[in-house]
This record gives sequence, structure tokens and C-alpha cells, in this order.
Amino acid sequence: MSGSFPLLAGLTFCAQPGTLVVLRGGNGAGKTSALRLLGGLERLNGGSGRVLDIDLSSGDRRGLRRRVGWMGHEGSFYEDLTVRENLEFAARSLGRPVEDIDPALERVGLGHRRSTPTRQLSAGQRRRLALGWILVRRPELWLLDEPHAALDRSARDLVDQLVLDALSVGVTVVVSAHDQLDARLAPDQVLVLSGGRVVEES
Amino acid sequence: MIRTAWLVARKDLRIEFRSRVLLWQVTPFALLSLVLAGLALGPDKAGSSSSAPGLFYLVVLFVALSVVQRSRSLESAPGTRASVATLGLDPAGVFLGKSLALTLELWGLGLILLIGSVLFLHIALIGAVKALPSVAVTLGVMSTAGTIYGALTTGGEGPVTLLPLLTLPAFAPLLVAGERSLSAALYGGALWEWWVIVVVALVAYVAVGVAVYGVLEES
Repeated sequence: MSGSFPLLAGLTFCAQPGTLVVLRGGNGAGKTSALRLLGGLERLNGGSGRVLDIDLSSGDRRGLRRRVGWMGHEGSFYEDLTVRENLEFAARSLGRPVEDIDPALERVGLGHRRSTPTRQLSAGQRRRLALGWILVRRPELWLLDEPHAALDRSARDLVDQLVLDALSVGVTVVVSAHDQLDARLAPDQVLVLSGGRVVEES
Repeated sequence: MIRTAWLVARKDLRIEFRSRVLLWQVTPFALLSLVLAGLALGPDKAGSSSSAPGLFYLVVLFVALSVVQRSRSLESAPGTRASVATLGLDPAGVFLGKSLALTLELWGLGLILLIGSVLFLHIALIGAVKALPSVAVTLGVMSTAGTIYGALTTGGEGPVTLLPLLTLPAFAPLLVAGERSLSAALYGGALWEWWVIVVVALVAYVAVGVAVYGVLEES
């Protein structure tokens, strides 16, 4: 809830580990709010929910966040740190091995940019960095907010391949999207949102 | 908590080292303010005026506000908050780390300002050296208080222009104590009494920050 109207209402779904859930809808439909809620970035003010066995109302939201990988619209990081330093900060914060950073950067196509200050990256490269951030962190739940936005064909293919790889090892992925996803990604659930409500489910 | 504090402090200092904002923006502003303060006193009074400690701390206030706002802006860029929030950092560690980085930055600026005060306000060099411990602790408390109030304005998504208004009541007693300490170091008087007040304030702000920083960040 925010102000006097609910951001989300009547949103009910259950995602099993290793499944892909797609939230579709237009601007302001509540897709990003739903993702933020699932990631523990917003407080649940009504209703109930459990993510990774953590209660969204009364559970340890900070603990939940540590287990979630987030790729938002902005893909923002510390602008004056280099690509590698940003990932190093994430890895050290979570006690992940820093040896994973360089392979992750190669995987997302930023191996040649590791010493570049983040402010010099293009929008597409920032999205790639956000993916690298997720790979280094190895979260149990991926929350991708319109992951294809601002990406060229090869980067979109990369996102799809990484999602497929994550699903194959039992990671749950929730994606928001305006439009249909690539045919390679077969969602287990599609929820169409409008005005914070599920208006169609398949 | 200590590990997080070290990570955050190192990150903030690295960003400052890279961006050179303190070096090329805040330091010239601070020195220009001191020059203007010296001009305001006039050439006859600059060396002997008891206003010098007050002017020094007035410039310290301007500088501290700039540095606190700069520190908060690192975390409040769109998207950065969400990305960093998913790291689930210990808020007490973040508070200590940001305070430590701010303290080190303000110490550097404070040293430059003291040297500048010797040059432009003509305060006694030996007095400035005697005042170093009290200035260091005062700047440390301003850093911890500034970190708390910085989180209060950006954590609550309030406008950053609220920061000076909110911090002034917190900074005012520190500025008075710091000014009295500097006066005592320069012109004689009870140096330690004011110094103790600042140390007590430091302990109080650190305790409050460790306890409430997480709540402020979440609000």
C-alpha cells in the first residue's frame, strides 16, 4: 500500500524452485512493485507471502535480500568504481570468492571492460554488469525487471541463455516484461497485471 | 559488523580518490571561504581577533555539510539503492564504515583548513598544533552525526535540502565546543573541559547510529 491506494491487490501465485514466472502488463501495472516485494525491497503491508521460506510481513527481509539477485531498470552501481571493483564489493559483501569475478565478466561480455569506470558504460553494458553482479552472487531467486530493455539482439540472447542456465540448476526466476519473451524461454506461469491486480493467468 | 564497516569505508574512500570531488571542489571552496573570512576581519584584526576560531568552525560547517551530502549521494542514485540493498549489508557496519570514511575525509580537510587559518586568519601555529586533537574529535562527531542525519533525509526520501536544517541543531553544540577548544588552544583557557564534551557526544552518536541506522535506511 502507498498513500491511499494499494500498489498491488489480489496478486496470488506460487512458484516452485527452478521455474520461470513472467509478470506481464503495461506501465504502472504493478510489475516492478511485485518484484520489489518478492525481493524484500518493499514492506508487505497487507496480505501474506513467503519467499525462500521467509515471511514477507514479519521475516528477515535483509536475510531475504542476500539470497535474491536483482536486475532493475537502471542497472545502477557506484559510478566512480570500475566494473571489477563494483563486482568485488558485491562479492566481498556476501563472502563470495573474488575469483568468480573475472569468469563472470567474461560470461557477460565485459571481460575487456573490467577496468572501465562504470559511468563510462552504455545502457546495455550496465545491464550486462547487472547480470555479472547476479552471477557473482549466485542467488537462489532471480528478479529481472524488464531484462530485455535497452539491449541489442546479442545481449537479449545472453540474458535468455543465462536464465536458462539458472533454471537448469534449480534457481527460480521471476521476470517482468511488456511483451512476449523469446520463444526459447517457456514460462511455467504467466501473470498479466493491470492496476496492481492479476487480470489473466496461464 | 567490522568487516562491513571496513568494506564500506574502503569503497567510499576509493570513490573519493577516483572522483577527486574533495580535492578539486570542496577544498578550493573551503580555502576560498577562509580567505573571505580573513578579508571580513580585515588586515589589522586578522591576527589578533578572537573571531578566528568561530570563523574556522563556520567554514568547517559548510565543508562538513558538503561532504555529508556527497557521501549520501553515492548511495542514493536511482537503482544503486536497490542493487546495494540486495547485498543485505549489516546497517551498523554501513553506518560505521560511512562515518569512518567521512571522518578521514574531514580530517584531511580540517588539516588543510587549520593550515589555511594560520595563513589567512593568522592564528598562531603552535596554538593550531595544540588544537589538533580537539579538532580531530569534533570532526569525528560531526561525521557520525552527519551520517545519521544524511540517512534520515535520503532514507526517508526527503529532499536533500533538508540536511542543513536538520543537522544544524546537532552540529551547533559541537561547533560551540569545538570553537571553545580552539580558542583555549590559541588564547589560553580550559581546553580539556570542552574536549571532554565532544568525546561524550562522539560516544553517544556512535551508539545511536549503530542502534538506529538500519531503521533509518529502511524507512
